[in-house]
Amino acid sequence: MVEATTTQFKSNVKKALVDKQLQKALAGIKTGFVHNRKIASERLEEFEDLRDRARDIKTHTIQHLDAYLEIYQQNVEASGGHVHWARDETEAREIILAICQSVDAKTVTKGKSMIGEEIAINDYLEENGLEPIETDLGEYIIQLRGEAPSHIIAPASHVSKEQVADAFRETHKNLPAERSLEEPDELLAEARAMLRDKFINADVGITGANFLIAETGSSVIVTNEGNGDLTQTLPGVHIALASIEKVVPTLEDTTTLLRVLARSATGQEMSSYTTFSTGPRRAADLDGPAEYHVVILDNGRTDLLAGDFSEMLRCIRCGACLNHCPVYNSIGGHAYGWVYPGPMGAVLTPGLMGLDEAADLPQASTLCGKCEEVCPVRIPLPSLLRRWRDQVYVRDLGDWQTKWALKWWAVFAKRPALYHFFAGPKMQFLGWWARKKGHLKYIPSLKGWTRNRNFPAPQGKTFQQLWKEKRK
Amino acid sequence: MSVQNNTGADILGKIGAALDKDSDKAARAATAAARIESPPKNLIPNRAQVSPEDQVQLFRDWAEEVSATTDRIEHLDDLPAALAAYLSSQNLPSEIKSSDDPLLGRVDWTRQPTLTRHLGVAIEADQASLAVAFAGIAETGTLVLHAAPENPTTLNFLPETHIVVLPRSRVTGDYETTWNRLRNEIGSEPSSLPRVVNWITGPSRTGDIEQKIQLGIHGPRRLHIIIIDEA
Repeated sequence: MVEATTTQFKSNVKKALVDKQLQKALAGIKTGFVHNRKIASERLEEFEDLRDRARDIKTHTIQHLDAYLEIYQQNVEASGGHVHWARDETEAREIILAICQSVDAKTVTKGKSMIGEEIAINDYLEENGLEPIETDLGEYIIQLRGEAPSHIIAPASHVSKEQVADAFRETHKNLPAERSLEEPDELLAEARAMLRDKFINADVGITGANFLIAETGSSVIVTNEGNGDLTQTLPGVHIALASIEKVVPTLEDTTTLLRVLARSATGQEMSSYTTFSTGPRRAADLDGPAEYHVVILDNGRTDLLAGDFSEMLRCIRCGACLNHCPVYNSIGGHAYGWVYPGPMGAVLTPGLMGLDEAADLPQASTLCGKCEEVCPVRIPLPSLLRRWRDQVYVRDLGDWQTKWALKWWAVFAKRPALYHFFAGPKMQFLGWWARKKGHLKYIPSLKGWTRNRNFPAPQGKTFQQLWKEKRK
Repeated sequence: MSVQNNTGADILGKIGAALDKDSDKAARAATAAARIESPPKNLIPNRAQVSPEDQVQLFRDWAEEVSATTDRIEHLDDLPAALAAYLSSQNLPSEIKSSDDPLLGRVDWTRQPTLTRHLGVAIEADQASLAVAFAGIAETGTLVLHAAPENPTTLNFLPETHIVVLPRSRVTGDYETTWNRLRNEIGSEPSSLPRVVNWITGPSRTGDIEQKIQLGIHGPRRLHIIIIDEA
């Protein structure tokens, strides 16, 4: 089991910053996803208006959440499916295991599910004698490596192809040792071949759900590989894992959200496979699961709804805020210590785990605002991060250095004359010191900053001084 | 299961308690029911609100951009020859696992005696499958297929080569048109949808190894769409 390390955020970051392989992988995310999203958003003239609509749909749904969930449950049951409610991860695990045991399941294929990660379902099934097999290529790779995902839509984005080849050699022992695994297409072919039998022989298929549709009682998965569809079509039982905020009123509302989801996530116009599932196989159908179950998890979300963070429940898990975050792009996903990284994780994790367990995460932001700028449902992530920071201060959860520094800063900030008296000469000195290079490699009092990046040199004057000059 | 009911009631109760600050439960239920009864009109992109012929072209352009291939034939009876030609161009055997869609029942398959067509679900040994689309959406080059006794879902995912027949009259601009068609043509109580509705936009792909896009990881490696003008 991958233990949560949210409380060791600072040491995680130190390790991540000097991990050369990770740094190389992160450069790829920055260029690929960010570039593709830009193109996709510019190609659709209505994109910004659709984001407003998407935000409004999620806000409306959350304001009527109990009503839509009740309608959803009625419609799932009317189409022959089952809805199971879980207050926390323990209840969710027990429900899933009971369903598996009711059909004497031995193997379980899995599509990608962040709820599955949240409740660590694989470990629980293994402990109880079942074999869970991740089928999304990225999830399969990290399952072989015994790791947690480092990105919510690209779980193995931190792994190099050489590391994938090592993991395959280690696991696929029945294949010739001297085979070539140098090229990505060789790795792809091997993964395809190895997972075929698993799909066909699995007893239960577990997927996530991007949306639950109240109008029709459907669950929706959005994938590119087709693994989710094989997972939910071939076994006799399909279990969809979801959480309370996934419900959306109608097919039309879901369609609006789908118009912004893939464009924000990967920059695709639409993902390869968007699948709307409603109930088990019908009497005359030749394929499809005989049983259809949906597990709906709370796990702290009702507390978010009741508190100051209900806007976070709009999140549709596209990953755009991760891709555009300078902090995520410097430290990767594992440093955040749990399943949700980046700005959305820094807001969500303290809400789900408790602030005591994740007090450092809201600090992991420069508040540059890029995340809010690209969020398809316009979640004010920087404001929410500030709200957590307030609570960290009020509840006295921060470290003593930060508190001490803030107190001293307050002494100066509250006294403008004193502030200017010190700030002026300091800027002058730093400007003079860095006059040739335009940046500083080392500042004694700012070692934490200069260890991993240069400090842009001050121009020699404070903002106030420049303001006075320019106004004249 | 009474325990389950209690858990559900407990969670819904917590949600209700949080929302009761701003609205009352009966009003919420009424608003939700009304929205489902008549969904507000969506903002539909202009992109595909063009003439039917331009929609066909737009559909092909977007589908090809995501690595699908497209063909266009005039008559339903040209289908066997088009299929045989495609299979041969991909060095595939002249054999196909096919949907039993009524449309394909009207095809004169004897015109292409070398092409073998089997009906039923796809199995691992099947190299190519043939399905019929319910719609083609020009906005993004997306096919819509749905499960039915004559249209097994495995045909869409298991074989490496997926061939889809799309009558020209079923090409539409947007997804919303298709939802309404589904509601009208197939919709029935209690559930208005077939077991599965598949939106398919290009073949299977992954970027999970070093973010390089590769086709055909678990689903079809090739998606070939044959548009039929008169079907």
